[in-house]
Amino acid sequence: MRKQLRLSGSGGQGVITAAIIFAEAAVAEGKEAVQSQSYGPEARGGASKSEVIIDDKPIFHPHVIVPDLVLAMTQKAADKYYHDLNPDGLLVLDEQLVPNVPDFPHVVRIPITKLAIEEVGKPLFANIVALGALVRLTGLVSFDTIKQAVAHRVPPHTVEQNMKALQIGWDAAGIA
Amino acid sequence: MSKARLMQGNEACAEGAIAAGVNFFAGYPITPSTEIAETMARLLPQHGGKFVQMEDEIASMGAILGASLAGAKAMDATSGPGFSLKQELIGYAACAEIPCVLVDVQRVGPSTGQPTAPSQGDVMQVRWGTHGDHPIIALSPWSVRETYDATVMAVNYAERFRTPVILLMDEVIGHLREKVELPDHVDVYPRRKPQKTRAEGYEPYAPAEDLVPDVADFGQGYRIHVTGLIHDETGFPSGSPQVTEASIRRLHEKIARVGEEIIHTESYFLDDAEYAVVSFGGSARTAYEAVQAARAKGQKVGLLRLMTIWPFADAAIKRLAARVKGILVAELNYGQIVHEVRRAVAGQCPVELCGKYDMKSFEPEDISSAIDTMIAGGNE
Repeated sequence: MRKQLRLSGSGGQGVITAAIIFAEAAVAEGKEAVQSQSYGPEARGGASKSEVIIDDKPIFHPHVIVPDLVLAMTQKAADKYYHDLNPDGLLVLDEQLVPNVPDFPHVVRIPITKLAIEEVGKPLFANIVALGALVRLTGLVSFDTIKQAVAHRVPPHTVEQNMKALQIGWDAAGIA
Repeated sequence: MSKARLMQGNEACAEGAIAAGVNFFAGYPITPSTEIAETMARLLPQHGGKFVQMEDEIASMGAILGASLAGAKAMDATSGPGFSLKQELIGYAACAEIPCVLVDVQRVGPSTGQPTAPSQGDVMQVRWGTHGDHPIIALSPWSVRETYDATVMAVNYAERFRTPVILLMDEVIGHLREKVELPDHVDVYPRRKPQKTRAEGYEPYAPAEDLVPDVADFGQGYRIHVTGLIHDETGFPSGSPQVTEASIRRLHEKIARVGEEIIHTESYFLDDAEYAVVSFGGSARTAYEAVQAARAKGQKVGLLRLMTIWPFADAAIKRLAARVKGILVAELNYGQIVHEVRRAVAGQCPVELCGKYDMKSFEPEDISSAIDTMIAGGNE
């Protein structure tokens, strides 16, 4: 049941944190998980990516080869990272930040950053909105587990807002 | 509740160091090793230890040698550019027999190279970076969990043999996060203590039965002299040819005498293998996947993974070469370990290199196609 996810955007959008929390939730459910990320100049404002592999068997080669899902939070990331997607896979886009939708058969557009600003109050929560959506779209971990994983990782005074962000992402994925 | 958690390789290194009793860390942070310093800075004060961020790489190495001589279990972490700067003091530690662990999380070189793309290009620098005849121990873990174990082992070997030990990591493992369950207890080798008083004729550099001297820590009431000059049992320089010869021989033999005990390798799918891949560190994970794929195609291929890089696994390679038709060495460089493999194989079978030095880590396909080529060559 190996699943390979690639979360991409620009430095500061929190895709690395989202990937770590996703992997932590998978581990909490007893699954095998590895998470890696690109470093270097790419991490500073350019396209940045983080990868998660989840499996029920040990994972050896630690990097994504054919992603089953790509999340793109910027146009640049969408253009750069959708090419090697599994043809049956899913491309998840921030609706406003990726205006030019790549030519791919399975695309889900969610107003991720817009929802974070309008419903939670800050673009800072966009990665958690995205996480809520990814959990629903993949079904790889339960919503309860991801809530616990987020609560465990974020500063205590932001737990309430983060829970709201998760719920908004989850709901948005349901109607997307 | 399960103790399993997601942990980064660099973090596991710091956790292993704490478990092994490291209570002093000095460093000058550099990617891809920085999280080791970060984690040590967080953990050491909680365990009664000291963390010092020094003014540069050389000073950091000097600080851990000083701390070690004063009784601390000491560690430093760096990457290639810093590792180059520390070479002089690694030689000093080898000559003066100062226990210490230096972590090198490799990145692409030479020089500042490619910050901070993955590489395994420091294999020979670990062995010969500092001048003169000296032994070295280097361990290269392939998982986050093994990074923890290898760090404990590195600290224990440093203490037991009173020698610098290099934990040779790579960016792939240093930055990887994966599921780990850490043990509740690890065996820790305590600092060696003088077995005699001065009145009984204690000499700090007189070797014990295992050829390692029980050098007293500073502050224990003994008079100690430490030098990078060749010295006799008193610790003071000696110009004697006999002392020089005996010193250099003993430095080597104190480690060589334990033989394969410290040479850790792992075999996968080798029982009926006709061809073998030899790899280590992060690259071995991709080699494992390529070997699995070869098996699925009916190719009789196995994997020998080197965890101990130095001393080199001569015996394991010789045994392997005697029973396979060819060996492929997969390493993230222009070809380094492959020369050692060829030396150990000594013509028993062909040895090919699958090297990579384009800033990217291996993909299974890189190694799979090299396996295909090797097998096609063997069938000609």
